[in-house]
Amino acid sequence: MSDTSMRPDKTESHPELERLIEPSRQTPLRRGLMTVVRSREFSILLVLLAVIAAATVKTPSFLFSSNSWRDLLLTPSILLLLAVGQAVVIITRNVDLSVGSILGLTAYLTGRLFIDVPGLPIIAVMVAGILVGVLLGLVNGVLVAFGKVPALVITLGTLYIYRGIVLTWAGSNRINADDMPAGFLRLGTKSLLSVPVLTVIALVVLVIVGYYLHTARGGREMYAIGSDPDAAVLYGLNVRRRLLFAFALSGGLAGLAGVVYAARYGTVSSGAGTGIELQAVAAVVIGGVAIFGGSGTVWGAALGAILLVTINRALPILGIPDFWQRAVVGALIISAIVLDRVLAARQARKLTEARDES
Amino acid sequence: MTREVPRVPTLELRDVAKSFGPVVALSSAGITVDAGSIHALVGENGAGKSTLIKIVAGVHRRDSGEFLLEGQPVDFASTAESKAAGVAVIYQEPTMFPDLSVTENIFMGRQPLTSGRRIDRAAMHAEAQELFARLGVHIDPRRPALGLSIADQQIIEIAKAISLDARLLIMDEPTAALSGVEVDRLFAVARSLRDEGRALVFISHRFDEVFALCDTVTVMRDGAYISTQRIEDTSVDQMVSLMVGREVSDLFPKTPATIGEPVLSVEGLTSAGVFHDVTFDVRAGEIVGLAGLVGAGRSEIARAVFGVDRYDSGTVTVNGRTVSSHDPRAAIRAGMAFIPEDRRKQGLVTEASVARNVAGVIRAKLSKGGFLTERAESKAAGPWAGRLEVKTGALDMNAATMSGGNQQKVVIAKWLATHPKLLIIDEPTRGIDVGTKAEVHRLLSQLAGEGLAILMISSELPEVLGMADRVLVVCEGRLTADIPRDEATPEAVMHAATHALEAHR
Repeated sequence: MSDTSMRPDKTESHPELERLIEPSRQTPLRRGLMTVVRSREFSILLVLLAVIAAATVKTPSFLFSSNSWRDLLLTPSILLLLAVGQAVVIITRNVDLSVGSILGLTAYLTGRLFIDVPGLPIIAVMVAGILVGVLLGLVNGVLVAFGKVPALVITLGTLYIYRGIVLTWAGSNRINADDMPAGFLRLGTKSLLSVPVLTVIALVVLVIVGYYLHTARGGREMYAIGSDPDAAVLYGLNVRRRLLFAFALSGGLAGLAGVVYAARYGTVSSGAGTGIELQAVAAVVIGGVAIFGGSGTVWGAALGAILLVTINRALPILGIPDFWQRAVVGALIISAIVLDRVLAARQARKLTEARDES
Repeated sequence: MTREVPRVPTLELRDVAKSFGPVVALSSAGITVDAGSIHALVGENGAGKSTLIKIVAGVHRRDSGEFLLEGQPVDFASTAESKAAGVAVIYQEPTMFPDLSVTENIFMGRQPLTSGRRIDRAAMHAEAQELFARLGVHIDPRRPALGLSIADQQIIEIAKAISLDARLLIMDEPTAALSGVEVDRLFAVARSLRDEGRALVFISHRFDEVFALCDTVTVMRDGAYISTQRIEDTSVDQMVSLMVGREVSDLFPKTPATIGEPVLSVEGLTSAGVFHDVTFDVRAGEIVGLAGLVGAGRSEIARAVFGVDRYDSGTVTVNGRTVSSHDPRAAIRAGMAFIPEDRRKQGLVTEASVARNVAGVIRAKLSKGGFLTERAESKAAGPWAGRLEVKTGALDMNAATMSGGNQQKVVIAKWLATHPKLLIIDEPTRGIDVGTKAEVHRLLSQLAGEGLAILMISSELPEVLGMADRVLVVCEGRLTADIPRDEATPEAVMHAATHALEAHR
């Protein structure tokens, strides 16, 4: 603790406290290191590595075969996209339950476009999927921001409405791999420097959104809105605009996830993506984003998504029965929330104590 | 001070009116604040001070009147607009984002940017550090706002105002939650801001602070401007009489009742940090008014007596029997009834029918074999609603659609159905129109005549003086006066509510 030796009187009595409340007294390097090591994201990463290690010890091919390596990276990419969008929405103290239906709609749309408009460039189809997602997200956003109705209710409603649209449109039809150009389907299998292209897309999205949330005014304002919506109004922040953006982003990413879904699986039925919205919420919560907004990062949400998918793949390998596989996921969610409460209470107490000390 | 005195005042409001539905908050309010001045705004509870500053802050929009900022007419539709015009408001409860760092709280929405439109964190932290150094406080700019004391939060609000380069800084009762040292620190900061030529508005109920800090004082009463004076030209007594300023008429006829034995006895009731050593009793047929400023601890005492909140020591006795603490059900069994301040939130199930509301507390008695029928509810509720002249036509009407006065009557009916011996009622006529007000008062008076003991909390001085047989005054969690009806004057009550403050500091 040499860098805090300027005021030894306090450091000696409360070393733990000092670290917590006087970060400015530390050197930037140390501060950065402490932030990373003490972060929720870091502990999720450790859990993830432990799961991978355990599964690999039991069945070495879990990691050490070219197919498994690809699956490890490829399988979470769809959920990762959804979790990033969901994290942004939850940070603003809202929730978007309609992403599964948006995914289904845009996945089907992707196939339909290839069938109905032969020769349409792949990039145009991707853009169309994203735009439709943005539009559907904006519908959520307008209803939440202007209608002042809780997002839970609105997006639960649009979950059924959007799914209803797919069901009516697709009926019992199904898009098959033959309906889509080979170049598009190759996206689902191709790799860049042994990293699957779809994973690269998801990671690029993650980095852009993460960078935006950390360094842009708009990003910080979303945290502020989630932290205290009433204070945000008194601060004169443009709450509506930020909420619209959050829902449009979530919808757009769900739209992109729909396109990715079509490329990855090659077949799309009207039920594509049913229930995946809850996995997205779970991933975000496991990733340390507070369910009441204001704190957490998309990095955590992304790690949460990867952990969730990887656990689902690892548990059968570890010989854990089906019931317990689901129970483990449930336990993970609950322990994430309990951990959140405990840590928050502990921090609040420490910060209050620190104030009384000074 | 060598600075040039500008000719136009920083803030000028004239004949401002504002109504919320049928309730008139401001009728003809006004204030003129010069640059380089600390201006006190005083008035009774409900005089309209908060509404006035919310208009300046852009939270509310005035219905009519003039609003000039440095001579220019303005009309703010949002807090963002007032901020951009250089107005900063520090509310009684500071508004913070607890999850974010202190620095982010200061700069939210207008963070310094790098050339690539990214937030320049280094510059932001440096500036925050500089602000705190200038204010002479030690707050780590990187720590989260969570867990900061109210005093520190106010300092952060002030830092925010300085970084905004606000020309006008309004502080709404900033000292209410501060200790002596913290008040001194705040005052030092306020004076240095004044010396920089900014205009400050200071709202406070503590006259000693008004006289110590301010140079000018404006008095408001009943939503209207009363007077503006230099602080040296006035006195506490004069200010009190201007604030009260009216004769207490016979608007609220309290019929004399025979006063019997004590029903409620409270002894040495203490809750750390909220109220201290509160001792009083209420006798049968007596209406005791609990007066004091907002935040003095009146409602808290009532809630503790009824068992909603915990208390640390002391006893509550009803008819000679001790009531166990923190147990509202025991309080109801002992014969207490409690009508809280915010009846929409706490006293009335607004989505339910009148009958169901009235029968709510006695439903255990009404149920047959665990089932409660609507018939039983209506039967039990009928006589009470009839007696109180609740004008809802039918008992099955939804309570949410009724007027404030009728809602209040439903709540009273609900508790009368339990045949209480003691009624505690918090702000019985808040948000109720004048006509119904008198009806509620007549009802309370009649109930006292029938031998009910009533403890009435009210922020409206005329109501207290008109209704109460005895006025207890609470100031900063202590009972500072016990005034019988014939000695209770507005001046005496206001004095006890504001003046005994120094004694306990």
